[in-house]
Amino acid sequence: MQTIAIVDYGMGNLRSVYQAFHHVAPDANVLIARTPEEIMTAQRVVLPGQGAMPDCMRHLKESGLLHALLEAAKNKPLLGVCVGEQMLFDQSAEIRSGAHSTWTKCLGLIPGDVRRFELAGKLQPDGSAYKVPHMGWNQVRQDKKHPLWEGIPDLSSFYFVHSYYVTPQNQDDIAGSTEYGDWFTSAVARDNIFATQFHPEKSAEYGLKLYKNFVSWQP
Amino acid sequence: MLTKRIIPCLDVTAGRVVKGVNFVGLRDAGDPVEIARRYDLQGADELTFLDITATSDGRDLILHIIEDVASQVFIPLTVGGGVRAVGDVRRLLNAGADKVSMNSSAVANPDLVSDAAAYYGSQCIVVAIDAKKTDSGSWEVFTHGGRTATGMDVVTWAGEVAKRGAGEILLTSMNRDGSKDGFDLELTAAVSDAVSVPVIASGGVGNLQHLVDGITKGHADAVLAASIFHYGEFTVKQAKEYMASQGIPVRI
Repeated sequence: MQTIAIVDYGMGNLRSVYQAFHHVAPDANVLIARTPEEIMTAQRVVLPGQGAMPDCMRHLKESGLLHALLEAAKNKPLLGVCVGEQMLFDQSAEIRSGAHSTWTKCLGLIPGDVRRFELAGKLQPDGSAYKVPHMGWNQVRQDKKHPLWEGIPDLSSFYFVHSYYVTPQNQDDIAGSTEYGDWFTSAVARDNIFATQFHPEKSAEYGLKLYKNFVSWQP
Repeated sequence: MLTKRIIPCLDVTAGRVVKGVNFVGLRDAGDPVEIARRYDLQGADELTFLDITATSDGRDLILHIIEDVASQVFIPLTVGGGVRAVGDVRRLLNAGADKVSMNSSAVANPDLVSDAAAYYGSQCIVVAIDAKKTDSGSWEVFTHGGRTATGMDVVTWAGEVAKRGAGEILLTSMNRDGSKDGFDLELTAAVSDAVSVPVIASGGVGNLQHLVDGITKGHADAVLAASIFHYGEFTVKQAKEYMASQGIPVRI
């Protein structure tokens, strides 16, 4: 029986991610991991995230799980979700208020930055203003073939809630894109890592399919 | 393209879904988990649960309901009603809610909005506003299930909560709620145009054109309805097909 570790570094609520994995992999040991050992002994690792990036990075460091997560990222299938996707990058423009630096340093597993939507003054096709956060169901264009897209039609809709998005340095790392004011990267893939800006656990049938694909993925 | 959301609303009390007219006169509409599953299968984009229970005994029930729904339904769940403190937000999120909606308590203590948003993120904080039209043509904020006038202007209050970190505004017209006459489009547009966060239009949907109008004339980002879905007049799927036929981007 394989173990899927959902990394719990004390930021927010992992229940819906847990429930969704439990649903698609009833035979797996789905674990909310709070110790390095739980991450190191798992076969697959999920890095969720919600809330502000500076808090997420601080909590991850303070949790004592950072080292185990970086070890796992070397060869285990790793899935980042939402802020968990953004954390994989070099740095984020989301900073603590009053901070001196203009960037928050992130994990540096995928080259690139995290930026905020700048849509003030731009109008949607129906004439209304773009709102931030980008909240709701939006289509994902699959930019490259990947086992995690298996059985999911191109341009399927997924559920998003976010104000920041990733800008990968390498075109090759982009697995999916979404249009909101402009096209932005909504899924990334690099070796044993896959990550989504959207929330598969809240994206009904195709979100569950993506999680199911992750459970059997052999990178 | 970002689609417009259709959100069935389930008013819950004592473990059952009910529906009232103008905030009074409740009718039983069924089992919450069963109804949630049905709407999910029909393609609902989100579900909103409003706990309209007055007693604390009944209040604990909603936590179990949310737990049950969240283990079977994989779309966003918003829960509101009786949220008074940051601890209530935490309990609901832990039970499986994705967003928590606050109304009277936000008016009584606006710092609750700022504190909850700072702690859990704007994405999970919704402020619900019950609006009643005044003689001068503006709208006044009411609290406590529509029983208490606050003297506050709705558009001003919406701007204030958005500034404090609310990620979304659930805007209900008390004049239209349960009337089946359609959304108060003027109200919806006034708020939607004034704030930078998404606005959910609520109150008064009687047919599918009303949903379309909420988007095109009310400039809402999402539309919420209860009775047209609960009593089987329309399915969510029919609503989406109609909206799509009117040129509105929806997830089908």
